[in-house]
Amino acid sequence: MTRRFVVILLLAAGAVGLGFDLAASEPPNPFTAPPAFALGSGLSAGGAHCASPAGG
Amino acid sequence: MAVSSTLPRQSLAPRATLVAAGLALVLGVAALAGARYGLLLMIGLGFGITLEALRFGFAGPWRAMILRREPGGFIAQLIAIGLAAAVSIPLIAGNPGELVGAHAPVGFAMIGGAFVFGIAMQVVLGCGSGTLVNAGSGNPVGALALPFFAIGSFAGAWHIDWWTGLGTAPVVTLDGLFGVAGGLAATFAGLAAVAGIALWKAAPGKRAVPRRLLFAALAVAGLAVLNLVVSGQPWGVVYGLGLWAAKGAQALGADFSGSAFWSNPVQLERLSQSVLTDVTSLTNIGIIAGAFAVVLWRSGLGAGAPRLPARAWIAVVVSGLVLGYSSRLAFGCNVGALFSGISTGSLHGWAWFAAAFLGSVLGVKARPLLGLEERARP
Repeated sequence: MTRRFVVILLLAAGAVGLGFDLAASEPPNPFTAPPAFALGSGLSAGGAHCASPAGG
Repeated sequence: MAVSSTLPRQSLAPRATLVAAGLALVLGVAALAGARYGLLLMIGLGFGITLEALRFGFAGPWRAMILRREPGGFIAQLIAIGLAAAVSIPLIAGNPGELVGAHAPVGFAMIGGAFVFGIAMQVVLGCGSGTLVNAGSGNPVGALALPFFAIGSFAGAWHIDWWTGLGTAPVVTLDGLFGVAGGLAATFAGLAAVAGIALWKAAPGKRAVPRRLLFAALAVAGLAVLNLVVSGQPWGVVYGLGLWAAKGAQALGADFSGSAFWSNPVQLERLSQSVLTDVTSLTNIGIIAGAFAVVLWRSGLGAGAPRLPARAWIAVVVSGLVLGYSSRLAFGCNVGALFSGISTGSLHGWAWFAAAFLGSVLGVKARPLLGLEERARP
């Protein structure tokens, strides 16, 4: 077994997972996306982070 | 990483294709989901390329410090954290709401989680970012640990309320205690003290920090600040992995009503949306892809996998689960708690540092007993 085999397996799993995610989730909409930079946007940070007990 | 003009034409074409593929990936995500998400993927790629190409890591340098008293990589981490703190702490204080720090409470489960994480990360020789980089570079240990890391993170988040209920102090930040300038000074003093101890304990002739690690520290700090400016939150790894497993569980029909964490409206919203709009998922994907790109660039995919005994592979699976579970209790891994916690002023980052380092001392002893010593990676 080489690293090539491992990477092919990983890429295949990633592609299947991403495909499934896009099919099962609300379709992303670039026109309703937040501004490119949070700094200066005037919006509250809305992402989830591992340091937050509620993840939000 | 620079392409020499003497490189044969046949090696330039795949490398140009690689750069074009990376740009296409970033632009594709930006077009599909929005500019912020394309930028976050690009930042993740930057992390992955830096970590793999310049061999900057967390678990390896701790091992080098513990076993061989070589502090170079360990001090490079402290420099990166200090550089990121110099910008992040004032930036967050000046822009409350728009930007948030990796601020979490110190507690019994938090300290215990960090200690256990330290053991497991030395067993597989891969922390949060290290497991992603190892997987992306085709290392089978990292690739096997990754899905179990994700499952562990999902399970840890499921139980996090119970664990934090065992005893948790209020959130404390150094800038909250001493003001922005005082908090920064306290952070620098803490980092300098740890660096001083590492240099004092160093083996003779081993005190130098390699130049590549200084470049890497600068790049990692810059990318971390960029991550904060773009996403509004510091660099993290573990949450995104747990979200991937949660999405898998959701697809299998799991009922999340028994978990205060996963039934939280914030989480339900994240679960309904694509990972292409999740901050940590995008940087995680970028780290894997960036490490993969470096290995392709170096034509290193032909290297053979290590031959390990069965008990070693079992240890990798168990360690992957433990890494994920414990890092949720610890409010982050080496990235979300150590790097981002300290560089945004959170006291829990320092508690994590001490507990995980003690755990690592045990972990380096456990690794050979579990049959994983054949493939030591500095």
